[in-house]
Amino acid sequence: MSTQVTTGLHIRRSVQLTIDGQSVTVAEGETILSACRTMGTEIPTLCFGDTITPKNACRVCMVEVEGSRVLVPSCSRKVEPGMVVRTDTERTDHSRKLVLELLGSSVDLSLTKNVARWNSEYEAEPIRFGKPAAPTNDRDEATTGHHHVADGSSVVNVLQPVKIDNELYVRDYSKCIMCYQCVDACGEQWQNTFAIGVAGRGFDIRISTEFNVDLTDSACVYCGNCIQVCPTGALMFTSEYNMREAGTWKEEEQTQTDTICPYCGVGCSLTLHVQDNEIVKVTSPSDHSVTHGNLCIKGRFGFQHVQNRAE
Amino acid sequence: MDLKVNSSVATRDERDAVDSVLGKPTQYTQGGTRTEQDLRISRAGEALRNLRHMLLPTLHAVNDHIGWISRGSINYIAQQLDVAPAEIYGVASFYALFSTTERPKRQVHVCIDLACRAMGGLREDELPEGTHPSPCLGTCERAPAVLVIEAGNPARHEVLAPATPVQINALAKGAWPEAEPSIVSATPQADDDSTKLVLLGRIGKVDPLSITDYQQHGGFVALRKAIQLGATSVIDEVNASGLVGRGGAAFPTGRKWGAVAGQPAFPHYSICNADESEPGTFKDRVIMEGDPFALVEAMIIASFATGCEQGFIYLRGEYPRAIRNVQNAINESKKQGFLGDNILGSGFNFALSIVRGAGAYICGEETAIFNSIEGYRGEPRNKPPFPVEVGVFGKPTLVNNVETLVNVLSIVNDGGATYAALGTEGSKGRKLFCLSGAVTKPGIYEVEFGITLRQLIDLAGGLRSGSTLQAILLGGAAGGFVGPDDLDLPLTMEATHAAGSSLGSGVVMVLDQSVDMVDQLRRIAAFFRDESCGQCVPCRVGTVRQEEIISRLAQGVQSQDIEMLRELGTVMRDASICGLGQTANSAIDSAINKLKVFAQ
Repeated sequence: MSTQVTTGLHIRRSVQLTIDGQSVTVAEGETILSACRTMGTEIPTLCFGDTITPKNACRVCMVEVEGSRVLVPSCSRKVEPGMVVRTDTERTDHSRKLVLELLGSSVDLSLTKNVARWNSEYEAEPIRFGKPAAPTNDRDEATTGHHHVADGSSVVNVLQPVKIDNELYVRDYSKCIMCYQCVDACGEQWQNTFAIGVAGRGFDIRISTEFNVDLTDSACVYCGNCIQVCPTGALMFTSEYNMREAGTWKEEEQTQTDTICPYCGVGCSLTLHVQDNEIVKVTSPSDHSVTHGNLCIKGRFGFQHVQNRAE
Repeated sequence: MDLKVNSSVATRDERDAVDSVLGKPTQYTQGGTRTEQDLRISRAGEALRNLRHMLLPTLHAVNDHIGWISRGSINYIAQQLDVAPAEIYGVASFYALFSTTERPKRQVHVCIDLACRAMGGLREDELPEGTHPSPCLGTCERAPAVLVIEAGNPARHEVLAPATPVQINALAKGAWPEAEPSIVSATPQADDDSTKLVLLGRIGKVDPLSITDYQQHGGFVALRKAIQLGATSVIDEVNASGLVGRGGAAFPTGRKWGAVAGQPAFPHYSICNADESEPGTFKDRVIMEGDPFALVEAMIIASFATGCEQGFIYLRGEYPRAIRNVQNAINESKKQGFLGDNILGSGFNFALSIVRGAGAYICGEETAIFNSIEGYRGEPRNKPPFPVEVGVFGKPTLVNNVETLVNVLSIVNDGGATYAALGTEGSKGRKLFCLSGAVTKPGIYEVEFGITLRQLIDLAGGLRSGSTLQAILLGGAAGGFVGPDDLDLPLTMEATHAAGSSLGSGVVMVLDQSVDMVDQLRRIAAFFRDESCGQCVPCRVGTVRQEEIISRLAQGVQSQDIEMLRELGTVMRDASICGLGQTANSAIDSAINKLKVFAQ
């Protein structure tokens, strides 16, 4: 616990802890999750994104820490010297199973990575809570602190119509797990635009513009940085949405090509996702030291001219 | 920030409401009239955003004056504070007392919670038109209760309890309730001179609005003594007293004070958690209504001991008389020099103000309270870091419950050792219990720790005639049920813990044979669903599934549903961010396991 690791200009102490009976040494300030990843232990995560401060809202990454009454979110809890962590116990497995079931029974996780695998690993069966209720279109008008008392005949969920109010991207909040990443990316962590916030309370919480106005009436600048961080496909390029609707979206046939944005002198890195020689969406590498995955409207959506081929 | 507001414009009344808190805008970008200078410079940014904590009071002003919060007023607030409309909408839509849709000026909130429904109050499906259901209004000693709010300048707030269906109807149609009865009715022990009350000693005997009367009844003696002792010795006395937090979590008070006092970062802040919302709890309300100066004095002592120069009393929005009386106590104390600079010549400066809650049980969580005060959604924060290190505005913060603080006065006056001699080994000192339901004299009772449940109920005159005991809820919705066999349970932290229950905030709700226990459980489940902040999955979805399963059980018991409830309880307890989710299943679990409510 006394050695020092020098990283850049900062001197960070190293911290020794025990994970699943194995001693591991990582730099001070690391999280339990990153320590686990260092040693090759997989912990499921849903709301965790690599460019946003962890909100630890989903609670799927919970681990046991000796001395703690409750489980601890590994994505955000910093390592401490002498910490004894267990990642694979009856309690952690139960929590992960139930979180997967609670989300699976209330949200469309069909485009969320790894969920099917984790469901089988943790024996999660979202359907056991009961028959899913029909989609609703009044979630944006919920009255805070009030709800219709459940009769238990079906289980409520967040399924609702897709919001299509502009040409560039769609918002399918049936798929939203409330990870808060889009809000943080739009707001103080990246874009400082604050076009969207979290509204309502309890099961009625939702990502919303003020008074649920269309994006075109909001402060949105269409940087698409919210799409970049969305882990569930709730936010999606219109191009991708249309192709998925038409059944022509074939991710396995797509290529990804890194290039430099041609618009201004910053020179952001772009990753062009191409299918059948057409750009179908644009991302940016989240580990890039300049963009951290962020772009502006031009880099994100202004690619049509590339495809303006002479007939 | 490059603020974008849409075209909705605030009305003159809305602007006046906002300006009553924030003052007139000084420049165009803040919503003022454009001057020649505005064409060249714009002051905004940090200076304005540092006023973010004014957001909650500003929303209150608009909601109070107008009755609801419109797009135009949110735009105007956005300009005045340089906060984005989407964020303000997020905050406004977090609180149940605010509305972002137009509604009548008069709002009649009918309590449909545990104590009121046990006492013949209306249920959510029985409410007359023009009224709507409310969670526990903390007036359980006079259940069933109604809170009427009428928007205007000034807005009017009044509680009517007990309220008959006829009276509720009349309120919805425009009648106004008479002023509440004297608070002494909530402390039945006050009639009996043989009992020496300390925490409740002044209630009914002093004029709660008179600082002179307070001083004639021993007021501000403890403060003088505390200043004489010095901060460190005050903390030593609190440590020696063995006092633990009375809000429900029972953390040693002296340790908390010592931790805040020792923090190198400044300023330190003190917060009195007066957001009493646990169903069945009303002790803090009674203290604030009946002896508000005691709370102010205790806050000054706590802040003196821990080096806090600014304090907040986060007071539940549904407590109109407590707000009036505490505000008066703060004003009078300021006039007399007990608040402000150089208090009693000690060199200690302290400013104290009320932050009014807006209808959110979760804001009684000690970190949610920070977000609420700072003008954000009242969502709990992660711990660590703990409030004593990183609290409100990111600074070391002391958070104490009303009852905890008021205990400090006698600890300072009589010494920690005297206090520690009261009660039991594991639960020292005096405790207030909130008796409601089927007892002859419901109210707040002050006792020494160690009294049994049976003795406490006897103190309250026993069961009402015609009542036989069915169950007792200890600690509120976040606590647990015990049955008629548990009457000899000593009401101490250790004994209730061993019995699988909790004293929590001191709720003792006595339910007789007339109460439908399944209905009580459905209400508990609905309560947690309504009050979950929604941040974490186990609580946001778990409370919904819990309610659905209980509704199914009410129609026919299936063993897999019981098992599923148990599993939900485990994940909520293990994996929720805060105490709300962690305890959302505890009363239901106790009813199933102990009372066998759903036994087949």
